[in-house]
Amino acid sequence: MREFRYRRPTDVDEAVALLGADPEAAYLAGGTNLVDLMKLGVQRPDLLVDVTRLPLGGIEPLPGGGLRVGATVRNSELAAHPLVRRDYPVLARALLAAASGQVRNMATTAGNLLQRTRCFYFQDTGKACNKRDPGSGCAARHGQNRELAILDWSEECVATHPSDLAVALAALDAVVEVAEPDGTRDVPFVELHRSPGEHPERETTLPRGALITAVRIPPLPAARRSAYLKVRDRASFAFAVGAVAAVLDLDGDMVRDVRLAYGAVAHRPWRAFRAETELRGRQFTPELAGQAADAELAAARPLRHNGFKVPLIRAITVRALTELAEAQA
Amino acid sequence: MQNRSGSASVAGDERSSPVAFTVNGTRRELTLDNRTTLLDALREHLDLVGAKKGCDHGQCGSCTVLLEGRRVKSCLILAVTLDDCAITTVEGLAGPDQLSPLQEAFVAQDAFQCGYCTPGQLCSARGVLDEIAEGWPSAVTDDLTGAVRPTDAEIRERMAGNLCRCGAYPHIVAAIRETAGDR
Ligand SMILES: Cc1cc2nc3c(=O)[nH]c(=O)nc-3n(C[C@H](O)[C@H](O)[C@H](O)COP(=O)(O)OP(=O)(O)OC[C@H]3O[C@@H](n4cnc5c(N)ncnc54)[C@H](O)[C@@H]3O)c2cc1C
Ligand code: SF4
Ligand code: FES
Ligand code: FES
Repeated sequence: MREFRYRRPTDVDEAVALLGADPEAAYLAGGTNLVDLMKLGVQRPDLLVDVTRLPLGGIEPLPGGGLRVGATVRNSELAAHPLVRRDYPVLARALLAAASGQVRNMATTAGNLLQRTRCFYFQDTGKACNKRDPGSGCAARHGQNRELAILDWSEECVATHPSDLAVALAALDAVVEVAEPDGTRDVPFVELHRSPGEHPERETTLPRGALITAVRIPPLPAARRSAYLKVRDRASFAFAVGAVAAVLDLDGDMVRDVRLAYGAVAHRPWRAFRAETELRGRQFTPELAGQAADAELAAARPLRHNGFKVPLIRAITVRALTELAEAQA
Repeated sequence: MQNRSGSASVAGDERSSPVAFTVNGTRRELTLDNRTTLLDALREHLDLVGAKKGCDHGQCGSCTVLLEGRRVKSCLILAVTLDDCAITTVEGLAGPDQLSPLQEAFVAQDAFQCGYCTPGQLCSARGVLDEIAEGWPSAVTDDLTGAVRPTDAEIRERMAGNLCRCGAYPHIVAAIRETAGDR
């Protein structure tokens, strides 16, 4: 591991200034992704700015409904929060389906959203990877790519975003609060992550050195009927090979509102806007759910080893929505 | 000055930091290379070799210890981040001459063979019992807002972060269930 300096600021401005002054610095939160990648030599910061003692903890209900979740709230604390369990089951379920109890006790909200891809070639410094080493090529494009993207990939990168939490937050229309050198700003969650395009080394729309301070989750009464369905290679403690976050609000059997997002299919958590349009205002049937998934997946371009993800995502869309509909009948 | 990993940018006096934390009730003050994980600090600097290095990447659970009472993987935590924190390792689960009820149950249920994973299993199980007592749900909890019971399915899911190469899993589950029942 490369040697690095260590700082532990206690206010946000100081943290942002430290990052701004050093192009090779990185924020450190729970460390469950960053420390791992530093051991592998994939990330080589020369300064770690520890954010865990900043005043960014706490989960607060918002005056108009909804929740504000501090950037350093641990994933386990968020999943166990009574308001999350009652009002946003999709969020609690996504968190509880991720990693292990020990990792969730360390992993933070912001760190989870900014974790790097699990593409094996990205983690192996002996392999070509445009994300790790821009311009070096993409070993996964024609390599072992079973776990990787079916939507929105580029010749430069076919990686997926690994977070479960991010899929739930995409479905819930969360807003990310960010501190930058020239002030603070709100970023709609679906605009936080980027498509790979020609620059897969840029994963978010945030400028370098931006600090996530909180995530706001707007009120959504329908989210009390929501689900997260994750398919993985073993029953627990594995990343998704496909996942769906779903919120379904029925009026009788008519779809009044629906939110759908997919995980493990693209470089960003994938909000399924097309599928939602197919469903909204129509009479809910499992067949309609399948057609909606087909509409979303029409743009899919499976790689050599991951063609199975297309019917898989279709199947879990139908199952998640049908189970939510049956629970409301 | 050039160091082994080829970076010239970090001056010698900035590569390490002083840190003070409590381990099993005893205050420890160290100056550590910033790269030192909690696991290496325990094993190499404090002679507490209970926590084991299995994978060193967060995947096996053999390095599990309790940090402020919560189970964590010590191989992914940098020791210098832990100023003023309280850490409990397997050596601190009971006194030197006695076993905790959980440790007694592991012996009674024959919950290990080689024992390499056992310190991590014990610390993780200690955390699991507390999480269940506090009503934290898991991925297999049907009702997210209801009470949580220490069923075999709950214990298995919650212990998924601790691998056992010898496959002692059924006995580990039995030992934890027995301890949960005694509380
Ligand atoms: C064995 C294992 C299994 C896992 N399984 C899953 C899984 O199934 N599903 C899943 O979703 N995840 C899984 N994870 C990943 C885990 O959820 C992430 O590693 C974790 O959420 C990262 O959070 P952290 O606080 O530890 O981030 P860190 O590792 O500290 O940081 C991650 C990144 O975020 C940046 N960062 C952190 N905080 C901020 C901030 N406030 N502002 C700006 N940048 C910031 C850091 O600079 C770094 O680039 C797994 C991890 C492990 C080790
Ligand atoms: S898919 Fe992306 S992350 Fe994986 S090797 Fe190609 S460029 Fe790197
Ligand atoms: S050594 Fe820490 S999880 Fe394997
Ligand atoms: S007892 Fe040998 S690894 Fe678990």
